[in-house]
Amino acid sequence: MTASPSTQPAFRNTTQDNEPVINDVVIQVATSNGTGSQSANLVLLRTIFQMGVPVGGKNMFPSNIQGLPTWFTIRANAQGWTARRRDADLFVAMNVESVEEDIAALRPGATLVLHADLEKHLTRDDLIVHVVPFGRLVAEVCPDARLRRLVVNMIYVGVVAWLLELDMEEVGRAIAKQFSGKPKAADLNLAAARAGHAWAEANLPPHRPFVIRRMDRTAGKIIMDGNTAMALGLMYGGLTVFAWYPITPSSSLAEALTDFMAKYRHDAETGKATYAIVQAEDELAAIGIVTGAGWAGARAATATSGPGISLMAEIVGLAHFAEIPAVVIDVQRVGPSTGLPTRTSQGDMMSAYYLSHGDTRHPLLIPATLAECYEFAMQALDLAERLQTPVFIMSDLDLGMNLWMSEPFAPPTRPMDRGKVLTAQDLDRLGGFARYRDVDGDGIGWRTLPGTRHPKAAYFTQGAGHDDAAKRSEKPADWQNNLDRLRRKIDGARNNLPQPAIQTMDNPRAALIGYGTSDEAIAEARHILATQHATPTDYLRLRALPPADSVREFIAAHSRVFVVEQNRDAQVAAILQAEYPDLAPRIGGIVHYNGLPLDAHTVVEGVLSKGSYAP
Amino acid sequence: MSISEPAGAPAVAAAPAAKPAPTNRIGETMAAYKGAASTLCAGCGHDSITSQLIKAFFEMGISPYDVAKMSGIGCSSKTTAYFMSLSHGFNGVHGRAAAIATGSYLANRRLVHVCVSGDGDTASIGLGHFLHMLRRNLPIVYVIENNGVYGLTKGQFSATADKGSTHKKGFENEQTPIDCCALAIEMGCEYVARSFSGDVKQLVPLLKGALAHGGSAVVDVVSPCVTFNNHEGSTKSLKFARENEDPLHEVGFVPYYEPITADYAEGTTITIDLPDQSKLLLRKLEHDYDPRDKIRALELCHRAQEERLFLTGLIYHSPVRGRTLAEQMNLVDEPLAHLPEERVRPAAEVLAEVMEAYR
Ligand SMILES: Cc1ncc(C[n+]2csc(CCOP(=O)(O)OP(=O)(O)O)c2C)c(N)n1
Ligand code: SF4
Ligand SMILES: [Mg+2]
Repeated sequence: MTASPSTQPAFRNTTQDNEPVINDVVIQVATSNGTGSQSANLVLLRTIFQMGVPVGGKNMFPSNIQGLPTWFTIRANAQGWTARRRDADLFVAMNVESVEEDIAALRPGATLVLHADLEKHLTRDDLIVHVVPFGRLVAEVCPDARLRRLVVNMIYVGVVAWLLELDMEEVGRAIAKQFSGKPKAADLNLAAARAGHAWAEANLPPHRPFVIRRMDRTAGKIIMDGNTAMALGLMYGGLTVFAWYPITPSSSLAEALTDFMAKYRHDAETGKATYAIVQAEDELAAIGIVTGAGWAGARAATATSGPGISLMAEIVGLAHFAEIPAVVIDVQRVGPSTGLPTRTSQGDMMSAYYLSHGDTRHPLLIPATLAECYEFAMQALDLAERLQTPVFIMSDLDLGMNLWMSEPFAPPTRPMDRGKVLTAQDLDRLGGFARYRDVDGDGIGWRTLPGTRHPKAAYFTQGAGHDDAAKRSEKPADWQNNLDRLRRKIDGARNNLPQPAIQTMDNPRAALIGYGTSDEAIAEARHILATQHATPTDYLRLRALPPADSVREFIAAHSRVFVVEQNRDAQVAAILQAEYPDLAPRIGGIVHYNGLPLDAHTVVEGVLSKGSYAP
Repeated sequence: MSISEPAGAPAVAAAPAAKPAPTNRIGETMAAYKGAASTLCAGCGHDSITSQLIKAFFEMGISPYDVAKMSGIGCSSKTTAYFMSLSHGFNGVHGRAAAIATGSYLANRRLVHVCVSGDGDTASIGLGHFLHMLRRNLPIVYVIENNGVYGLTKGQFSATADKGSTHKKGFENEQTPIDCCALAIEMGCEYVARSFSGDVKQLVPLLKGALAHGGSAVVDVVSPCVTFNNHEGSTKSLKFARENEDPLHEVGFVPYYEPITADYAEGTTITIDLPDQSKLLLRKLEHDYDPRDKIRALELCHRAQEERLFLTGLIYHSPVRGRTLAEQMNLVDEPLAHLPEERVRPAAEVLAEVMEAYR
């Protein structure tokens, strides 16, 4: 095992020969929430995107509506790595609440754009500091004093645009897009950005350490958050009933869905809705509504976060045992309890996989990209009806609420799978049916929907023990048969769920398993490990549980495998250990659980310190 | 196809002398409305309500194929297995039938939803869902089989136990009872009735009225638990209910497809018009009570509680009809569950339009 030579982030950008670093920069803006800085940050992000440079945006916000510190981080990177990086190259300090801590946390040599009012908090001399008279600048362009608090943010857009050599034409386009339909606001904001830009040009030293130069790596791409992508997937998946109870970070999914459905899912002739969205009284009701709808034949889903998942536990067990389709989207935040409601984690993997009492287990789909949010939402609706069981989609705050780039989504190519449903005609032909009989050998019975006009159609759905004809039964053999069949059903689905994505390198010295939003940090870490630490890695990205057979093969082919996770207890590592007891000693974890998105260096350090294979 | 003679079923030779069983409006016999044999205690009030439900559905001529039977958990909730085996039933989890029924209704509102719940199921663990279901005006007949105890868990007091009513073990309930009828009125429910499992004459027309109502209809039926709450000192015992039931009026139901034959003297009868043109006829007894006045209805509930009166009958019927949940949501006429793919999957151009907006 090699000792780790360095745990220093390798991405420290230096400007030794005074050449600027091109298209590789992390910009962080500290404001207080509720001041409208989001628009300014989106303009910066969009400008870089329009200039063809891959970019991502992460908002770190407080659990509060107005007045507490919030940080927005933009990472532009020619290679497409947009995972969180630990330190910023260019920091904009606008918030008195956090300024001292913000400045203390900067890496030596970083550029600091400092609000002139905050200059007294500057205690360091190892930074490149630009003190900007934001108050005076905004007063000049914005006569209405009440609007200055909002417009001042666009001044820093201009300053940053000058510092990064952003094209002001593109800034103008980004502002026009951000304020489309509000020409007055667009004009005012453009004037502010120009004022900031002009001030910087006139007052700042000409050397700029980080610059953005046009590329063509974003052509045709979209920029979106995962919740919006998931909502689109639900709409295209033919969802008809959705029930939810507001909770960060899933609320914006329900709200995006509400907007899309209102716009695109009304009958052309009658103007009537082909969907129902209910804001329920709590998450128990939400999953109850979904289960009732699934029972009666609708494609139904709910979205929530950890606390809601906890409340849903009992009905999820009912839906599992009574075999009713349901889709549950978990946009994970940090727990236990209220935890950190506006921070990200993968802390619900274990509780969702086994949610409810008794022997329960549920298929989990785990998206890592916008496209997967869209596709898995459609697929989950199919799988739920096919498997007649609750299917979970495990997203997280980072994926759901932050901004990601993607190729545009393609319309669905396969027809909807409505699963095994018998009609009155089928019943005429068959002469009857037994609801829970495994006639096809896949553990999945056939069902009828209420309202089927046939004397053999009805059956009694219950969470109580039943035989394969759905008759109540407390016979030990009936109970056990049922449980065994349910296991066959869920286990049998493993190779029909999204399959793992495997990437290998020559002469690997470590093997990693990751899932969800850990993917982008892992990809970057693998590059760093291979190029700077002579540690090539094999990597399997899990896209669903129960794990496909290829997961077992991957683990069996490596003497040690680290599961990279954003939770304390290495939950998926534990699930895999339980799944493959014979391979359990090989499975370890690299964990990250401070509420921030995973960064590459945590993975690099994890691999180097836990030990790659001997060379 | 007749329900009682399923297609392809071997013809059963009829006993030669037997008269043909009476049939209802849709040509079905009572047999088509039967369920599995009850497993409740002999004499349980719930079984008697089951019989009245069968009678109401049969006489209304509602096809069992069109009915969805919902319930929670409890002795009462079990009873959805004991009527109408030709209907789909969903015996879910404790207290959440209202939520599950909401989903089922949204999926297929052509179904006639009937929910059977208990006082524990509705007034304790499921109280929130019950109230919110009513706020939404979910078309459903919601029957509460109210025995003042948790029967299935062996007789603990429920939240509807009256103040001063005694437990089997002798102690008294000191806590304020929850009156599901008063709450229902508060929540905007437009059809609220209270009855007694032993009052067949009253319960059947009230259930029929509820079925004809077309919005949320709550029927709170005192239904004695003969095993755990039938002792002296209980205000939900069979004896107490029989001796104290005080009907507000005599209830008659006239379906829209039958002419009014009874001849009620002017001023003695209140006619309640139901949305499908059926009528409830309320003939005055000692009380001079008009259930179309919300304030009076609430007053009545409060007075009944203060004075420990067991008043039964139609407690409230709203003279104006609010919009059902489906109407509020402007849903298409067809069941959402059965919409074909082309109606629930927007065209590819829509996706292209959305993608453009995010470029
Ligand atoms: C979550 C949950 N908690 C507790 C129970 C136990 N339990 C079953 S039925 C019941 C009470 C039923 O009372 P009620 O609804 O009044 O019905 P009754 O049996 O009196 O008809 C309880 C507490 C349960 N099934 N589920
Ligand atoms: S315990 Fe009470 S409520 Fe339950 S079946 Fe027996 S008598 Fe009825
Ligand atoms: Mg009870």
